[in-house]
Amino acid sequence: MAETFETIQAAANAREDMLNGGLRIRVGVALCGEAAGAFEVLEALKGEVASRGLAATVQEVGCIGLCYAEPLVDVLLPNGSRVFYKNVTPEDLPAILDAAASGTHSPSNKVLGTLGEAGAPGLAKIEDTPQWKYQVRIATRNTGTVDPGEILEYIAAGGYTGLAKALTSMTQEKLIEEIKTSGLRGRGGAAFPTGVKWGFLQGSNGPNKYILVNCEEGDPGAYNDKGLVESDPHTVIEGTIIAGYATGSNYGYIFLRHGHIGPTRRAQDAIKQAYEHGLLGQNILGADFSFDMEVAFTGDSYVAGEETALMEAIEGKRSMPRDRPPFPAQSGVWANPSNINNVKTVSYVPEIVRRGGEWFAGIGYERSKGTAILCITGDVNYPGMYEVPFGLTLGQVVNEIAGGTASGRDVKLLQTGGPLGGVLGADSLDIILDYEGMSAAGAILGSGGIIVGADDVCVVDLARTLMAFCQFESCGKCFPCRLGMTHLVEMLERIAANKGLPEDLELMRSTGKTMAGGSLCGHGQLGFNPISSALKFFEEDFRVHLEEGRCPTGSCDGPFHRPTRTRPVATAEWYAKEEYVAP
Amino acid sequence: MREDVVEAADTLRARVVSAITAQSQTTVTVLSSLLAIEEELRYIPPQAIEEVATSEGVTVNDVWAVASFYTNFRFTPPGKHIIEVCWGPTCHLLGAQSLLDRVQNALGLTSEGDTPDGNVTLKYNTCLGACAQAPVVAADHHLHGRATGESVDRLLNKLKDEA
Repeated sequence: MAETFETIQAAANAREDMLNGGLRIRVGVALCGEAAGAFEVLEALKGEVASRGLAATVQEVGCIGLCYAEPLVDVLLPNGSRVFYKNVTPEDLPAILDAAASGTHSPSNKVLGTLGEAGAPGLAKIEDTPQWKYQVRIATRNTGTVDPGEILEYIAAGGYTGLAKALTSMTQEKLIEEIKTSGLRGRGGAAFPTGVKWGFLQGSNGPNKYILVNCEEGDPGAYNDKGLVESDPHTVIEGTIIAGYATGSNYGYIFLRHGHIGPTRRAQDAIKQAYEHGLLGQNILGADFSFDMEVAFTGDSYVAGEETALMEAIEGKRSMPRDRPPFPAQSGVWANPSNINNVKTVSYVPEIVRRGGEWFAGIGYERSKGTAILCITGDVNYPGMYEVPFGLTLGQVVNEIAGGTASGRDVKLLQTGGPLGGVLGADSLDIILDYEGMSAAGAILGSGGIIVGADDVCVVDLARTLMAFCQFESCGKCFPCRLGMTHLVEMLERIAANKGLPEDLELMRSTGKTMAGGSLCGHGQLGFNPISSALKFFEEDFRVHLEEGRCPTGSCDGPFHRPTRTRPVATAEWYAKEEYVAP
Repeated sequence: MREDVVEAADTLRARVVSAITAQSQTTVTVLSSLLAIEEELRYIPPQAIEEVATSEGVTVNDVWAVASFYTNFRFTPPGKHIIEVCWGPTCHLLGAQSLLDRVQNALGLTSEGDTPDGNVTLKYNTCLGACAQAPVVAADHHLHGRATGESVDRLLNKLKDEA
């Protein structure tokens, strides 16, 4: 044991003090930042700082959640004032740096505000904006502030103290009890109590025991899992190690889709750094506990996010769900006991251990404890990733936090919980945001994606694209899902083209019933949700198409492109050449 | 298959083998090997199926089963550049379909696929993960948010210039 945790902490704090003593400039370069042009800004900033010979530290950080303002540049002045600039372009940088060098801020039209206790004279506090004031940032406490590429920065922010506390003063039973007390429920969609799930694995024996952290996140409209891994990978890793200790496991995987370069790079670098500091590997922090971790990849497959399909993918096979029982806690990956948690779920764990289960249970609403990490997108003024306590209304989320529609039109629908979730009507804005309230309304919170549509959207058009996604992503194992979704897309396409048959609605309902009853996993079981909820709230849109032969809003009238095939196909030439037989 | 990307079969096989053996992670599987090959070659040639079968001790059909399942794999070399247009629901609501239309018209395509000159491959992506910047387009894996007809035209022209 080369260094104790206290010496690592001391080094981390010294580094932090040194950085905060000078001019410190951070640029958010997570996926949403990248899409807004943050890398161009970062390069230009580095060039400008170098050519001026300015004594400033330029850092890459992740996503602070205020995605509407990307690219964001965060300037920490030596006097402690922290000024955020929004929608920055390379042309803005000279003015920003001029101002920073003299301890002020400019140009004023690009200033978003100031964050933190120090404030800044004459600037509005970001904490007072609707986008921030509702937030309770637990899992996302570090995102956009801590450099995801530097473990010392995470440690200086209090990181790994939860792990140290668990290893030095808590037994497995005590830890699991603490998680049960917190009321933490799985954030992947099923909302199963995490402590109970850990208890299953703890009580199971095998040569190896695995913690699988699911960051597959194929849900279009949600990017909070990738956002967390990319912006604060050590929170995810610390939570995973604690889960490993609580359940007596020896191996952890962060499961990512191949090709998401940012999250992959961050996760792999962070794991490497955790090993270097003795936080992974043999006898972690000198305790009688060893745990290894790595990143595992899936190819492009939405169903790979289903827990048993995920295990198939880790084993290197087709990501098709398995029959249950046996459940993963008895027989999971390579038939060893396994526990699957969503990225968001494990991200709460370090803070719960640090501050206690009672503290976490004091946040939230009724049976939904803690916070929800929402990705609000679509026709809104302030799309972003916001961590809010359960118990707000959807109206507060959509109209206040997200600032209502960008088009200025009336909100017509909310699509929540990923493509398998539901479509809610505008009257749902009174619904309280919690697991029970959402499911009572016929929708799910799922992964936390909320897509807002205004009254210029025809629900037939939205249902068509959701179902096309579901059909494209069906793994094909269960025929009601594979064929049912194909037929549902065909029916929706002909309804959208005003060529629907009078019996189509009934036929869709009966197809949906077969899918729900005859599919092994949630993809087929819930796959009719987009249509059933659309019919529940917006049957009128379907009726106009079927009876009046027109689209109520015109949004179905344009071309509709979707993938023409759902699996890779080789040419006849390819087969002939090597004489392969498709299975 | 395009002339300029046809490699001597033995060179291709050597690159396949080195991609398989260069994997640094502990857990090496059929899928991880195929992903490593795809990263190296950008497609899965027949030799890859054979070599993964050999290295993993399974049949070619076992490997082919995996390769033909995940939608990122392809069995012929892609275009020099790849442009991905997101068709997820957020992007859909904010105009992805008209962007798809525009890209396809500009490239002379009617759906996903490769341009005849082999310069550009168009792919529909189910979600590029930057929904707050919708509609999103990726050119050679670099994300571009708040895409408009004009910004997509500029991207395509840039790809053409880099042909």
